[in-house]
Amino acid sequence: MRTNKQYGTVYFILSALLVLLFIVSICYGAVEISISEITSAFGNVFSGNKGLTLNERILLQIRLPRACLCIFAGSSLAVGGVLMQALFRNPIVEPGLIGTSSGAAFGAALYFVLGSTLKLNAEWGLPFAAFGGGALSTVIVFLLAERKETGRSSVIALLLTGIAINALFLSCVGFLAYIARDPQARSITFWSMGSLAGASWYSVIVVGSVSIFCLLCALRNSKQLNTLVMGEEEARLMGVDVRKLKLTILFINVLMIAICTAFVGVISFVGLVVPHLLRMWKGSDNRYLIIGGALMGAALVSMADVIARVVLRPAELPIGIVTSLVGVPVFIYLLRTKKYYF
Amino acid sequence: MIQVRNIAYKVREKYLLRETSIDFAPGTLNLIVGPNGAGKSTLLKLIAGQMKGGEGMVLYNKRPLHEYSVSEQARFRAVLSQNLEVSFPLSVYEIVMMGRYAHFNATPESKDKSACEEVMAFFEINDLAGRDYTTLSGGEKQRVQFARVLAQIWYPAPENYRYLLLDEPLTFLDVHYQHEFMQQLKVLLRSKDLVVIAVVHDLNLAVKYADNVTLLYEGEILANGTPNEILTIDNVKKAYGIEPKMILVEEKKYLIF
Repeated sequence: MRTNKQYGTVYFILSALLVLLFIVSICYGAVEISISEITSAFGNVFSGNKGLTLNERILLQIRLPRACLCIFAGSSLAVGGVLMQALFRNPIVEPGLIGTSSGAAFGAALYFVLGSTLKLNAEWGLPFAAFGGGALSTVIVFLLAERKETGRSSVIALLLTGIAINALFLSCVGFLAYIARDPQARSITFWSMGSLAGASWYSVIVVGSVSIFCLLCALRNSKQLNTLVMGEEEARLMGVDVRKLKLTILFINVLMIAICTAFVGVISFVGLVVPHLLRMWKGSDNRYLIIGGALMGAALVSMADVIARVVLRPAELPIGIVTSLVGVPVFIYLLRTKKYYF
Repeated sequence: MIQVRNIAYKVREKYLLRETSIDFAPGTLNLIVGPNGAGKSTLLKLIAGQMKGGEGMVLYNKRPLHEYSVSEQARFRAVLSQNLEVSFPLSVYEIVMMGRYAHFNATPESKDKSACEEVMAFFEINDLAGRDYTTLSGGEKQRVQFARVLAQIWYPAPENYRYLLLDEPLTFLDVHYQHEFMQQLKVLLRSKDLVVIAVVHDLNLAVKYADNVTLLYEGEILANGTPNEILTIDNVKKAYGIEPKMILVEEKKYLIF
């Protein structure tokens, strides 16, 4: 069909961009790795050769997992944004809106302050604390937004409760940073601006499998999500079980965002800007937004991570700063020059 | 056919609709008229199953509506609501295709595509297919929405009638399209499995096109029958508080205010 072909071009361009950025991101950083070293590293891995050079080890144990984590984290954030905007019928919404990322940030801050005292495992402690915080804040938002009489929560109630709970958890994070000792406070600040420096194959497997699973679930529901552009009542008249759809979408979002935030910290702006760029490009069919969002989010986070690593070489910038510093001007420029629908 | 049995709806002791029973037959154009606040939209929403907590029941093909699942309902009953807003830019074709969502799983089948194409040809909106819906005029939007709703029940429903419920479908249309729209309804009603119920404001459109008119007043049915039986000077005066004159054109009694 005509429309599929249009989307095909978008997918192709974004995939090509992503492949390019993937290669750049494994080549550049504190040290540069050449293409021949990359091929020889893979050759050594497949032949079972243990005698790797330093650069080859950097590539296999640091760069590759990091590049992969960029892809999965970026897809999760962007698809989360697509889902939340569709669900709330509102273009200002981003995935953290229902409290997920601020709750995760609170969990992480709590870990930084109390973790060493409680002797928590370093590799597992942080992700668990962050996921727990994200899930907890989302549940709180839900319970508070639910109306007693109907047992249902309206989208507006969810939105407003989410904003309130977000503010609450962010001030809790601020409080923890205030009372924390200096290195802990720095960890909290650094984490709340996002970083992929901690990438390992273990985090790639966790974030990757969650994001692929959630992406497939989201795709299965893309058709139903489209009907929400006319409101819940119309969606129901078109045969959609709206309550089930809402729960499914929120569950997918919480899972994806909490897991992603748990491993890479808070990366702002990707979930807001990617869906908009795609809407400007080829409209708002959710199937297209989900596939395109996964590709574009991955590309954007990969690019931001390369910038974060390269500008202050050998030091690193928090990636959240890069996404905002580069993303905001570009986004504002597009909003002001492109003919847009609002 | 639709059988409405003793339905009533109240908000805080005030009845929006008092106990009402009425039948709507297939193959005929049923129009609901009445002054503002008479309960027209309430009646239509109760018939469509959009309002919960009312009394009585609505039978579709002799079976209560709530016994059908939401997606089953969508395969034989389509509703055109008032004040539809689309919050994101979607193409006209994508909007019309939404009408078919209840009929396919992941991707549209050839049957769904041909339903969309036929319905868009029927409403002469083929040229708009690739346009962004949010940029259309009010009248164009209304025709696109009507195409979407009709696409939903374009083919006969297995073991059931098809039901088309329209809440003030003519609001954004000019005189030309108002009449064209009513004539198109008449064309559609040549298939005898279609039940059409519409709320309209223009009494003379009811006189001209309706097979059956239901006049609502203060949450009750004031009169129900053919336009010439129902839209009498007395009834109109009672319901609207304004006395019309009547002229006879082609054996139909039109009202002049």
